[in-house]
Amino acid sequence: MRAADALMESLKAEGTEHVFGIPGGANLPTYDALVDAEFRHIQVRHEQGGGHAAEGYAKASGKVGVAFATSGPGATNLVTAIADSMLDSVPTVFITGQVRTELIGTDGFQEADILGSTLPFVKHSFQVTDPRQIPEYVHEAFHVASTGRPGPVLLDIPQDLSRAEIDYAPRTEPVELAGYKPPSAPNVKQVRIAAKAIANARKPILYTGGGVVNANASEELRELAAADRFPVTSTLMGLGSYPASGENWLGMLGMHGTRAANYAMDEADLIVAIGARFDDRITGKLSEFAPRAKFIHIDVDPAEISKNVPAHIPIVGDAKLVLPALTREYRALQTDGSRLDGWWKQIKAWQDEFPLRYDEGKDGEIKPQFMIEAMHRATQGDAIVTSDVGQHQMWAAQYYGFDKPRRWINSGGLGTMGFGLPAAVGAKVACPDESVVCLAGDGSLIMNCQELATCVAEEIPVKVFLMNNGYMGMVRQWQELFWDRRYSAVEMGPSPDWVKLAEAFGATGLRCEDSADLEETMVKALETDGPVLLDVRVSPEENCFPMIPAGAAARDMVG
Amino acid sequence: MEAGTPQVVKLEDLRVPGQLSGRKHILSILVENKPGVLARVAGLFSRRGFNIDTLAVGPTDDPSISRITLTLDGAVHPIDQVTKQLHKLVNVLKIRDMEPEETVAREMAMFKVSAAVESRSEIIQFAEIFRAKIVDVSRRALTIEVTGSADKIEAFERMIRPHGLIEMVRTGEIAIARGSD
Repeated sequence: MRAADALMESLKAEGTEHVFGIPGGANLPTYDALVDAEFRHIQVRHEQGGGHAAEGYAKASGKVGVAFATSGPGATNLVTAIADSMLDSVPTVFITGQVRTELIGTDGFQEADILGSTLPFVKHSFQVTDPRQIPEYVHEAFHVASTGRPGPVLLDIPQDLSRAEIDYAPRTEPVELAGYKPPSAPNVKQVRIAAKAIANARKPILYTGGGVVNANASEELRELAAADRFPVTSTLMGLGSYPASGENWLGMLGMHGTRAANYAMDEADLIVAIGARFDDRITGKLSEFAPRAKFIHIDVDPAEISKNVPAHIPIVGDAKLVLPALTREYRALQTDGSRLDGWWKQIKAWQDEFPLRYDEGKDGEIKPQFMIEAMHRATQGDAIVTSDVGQHQMWAAQYYGFDKPRRWINSGGLGTMGFGLPAAVGAKVACPDESVVCLAGDGSLIMNCQELATCVAEEIPVKVFLMNNGYMGMVRQWQELFWDRRYSAVEMGPSPDWVKLAEAFGATGLRCEDSADLEETMVKALETDGPVLLDVRVSPEENCFPMIPAGAAARDMVG
Repeated sequence: MEAGTPQVVKLEDLRVPGQLSGRKHILSILVENKPGVLARVAGLFSRRGFNIDTLAVGPTDDPSISRITLTLDGAVHPIDQVTKQLHKLVNVLKIRDMEPEETVAREMAMFKVSAAVESRSEIIQFAEIFRAKIVDVSRRALTIEVTGSADKIEAFERMIRPHGLIEMVRTGEIAIARGSD
């Protein structure tokens, strides 16, 4: 069998149903084999879009997202998506064409050392040097990408090797890699000690992250939280794993988190970190972070434990297994729940005193926060929402109120502007029966707006709700607050006529400039067939509050 | 009561272990002998800000496996974090943080020293004391090979430097555990 056909067979064997990509010289054999392959290929309009679509696909479905690109610029265009996958632990496999073997190292046409350039942010990568490796490496790539802490794996295949003939037999054995043994079940003793520590805590808090979503452990998290009314907060990446409508929910924590969540972290005597990594957006000034707390740190990646904040009780394991064990051990202790009364009284006081708030818009002005609330009503709070990066992302995290995991798909770690639209493409392909809304910023949307063409050509009916304030809003906010309002390169005007742009791509364009019409227009957008871009004109200089200024402590929140 | 866990865990009794050991560490790392492995290890050190003091790479008794021996300063870097990050590399098979008392560590160095007639015998005497070998002689210079611990090589360097050190080449330390394991 031709190696490129074996590539398709092994992808199929791994359960691949969808691939995103663009052909080019070095991956012509792959695209030739694709003609007869049994999975759907979505022809994106830029490799970065293909990479983010694979991420959106993976985040929405939990399955491995796959993207193809050719050598050289095709491959380097994937780099941002690969780095994004690494920082947000997204299970992805990127398959790049490479120049012919004899040209490698000669600066051949469209040659780029993609393996070398992505080494710092791949979970693993493979350079094919023998065509027989191709199916073997596909299985190893899927195994590494999807187990343990998920992440991106790159497979780089020289053009001549994918044309070679090889013997192919479907793999029957599970993958075994000598140097890769992801942990699964936790140390029972550590779990017991953790349960006993929680039993003695008077001000505990569960600090959850994207790891809970990746582990599909939302149910297990709810069980633990319900074991004794433990307050729950989450990072940006973990939103939805504990329902925002749940009674123990404090809101997101961190730079744009709620005061209740941040103050609770500041005052807590025991922080139970679950699949979260104490990023600087969470801790603020590290030396003043949670000064009264002891830490239980649960993570599937041992290297995250004690990386930024030393853990008193480390537990390495899959949250799906750790959380039920912890709940069981805790319940067995039959602790008196009334010890948390004082803690909840304090938390309720913060919640009452410092709710999320904004000044209502006057004369039809659309406040961005109002736009998120309208979006929640129009979608009945049940859409898959992808977002770009900036103010709109933070407002969505604050105001949308996600009740389920895998409904909030955004770029957290790398903070990639332009992520939202291609991610929505991937999410809609993964979940065709769900309503998929891309909440975009005008600064971000233009960075990958070419993917509107993908939506139209491939009939992927995503709805883009553009929060258009005419600025790169978050950068503008920082310039206003911390750089004496010396605006520098943040105005987006004169911006394109987004309605016409949507129409030029063959999509439907809508516009809304009056708060009274907003929800109705959103419903219309959702009910219109095919891809829709709704341009919502919001207050241009609204700031996203509250916030912890960079490098400050949680108790010094402003706004 | 269940074995191995205390009956009560009081929060005030919980401690975290110190992150810095304060001493030099020798890591002996077995890696798959595949292209790019050294780049992965070296890249990990540079992007995480870990400074390698010495590095030696060579084959093992198994041709599919290479050994990387590197030394780094545990007063500056949390060794636990270094080894955990290294373990994340799929090509890294095994890492051993060599215990100083349980380890034989050796390094080789070659010194090219200017050796005028009047100082030549003194240099040769130093070499004998350090059980070093003279491996090349010319009219103006001697080349001396020294094997030993890093401390011994540094001591020899201090002795020889006043005579005019022309060039020094060191391999970086390699290490093996004492005893039968």
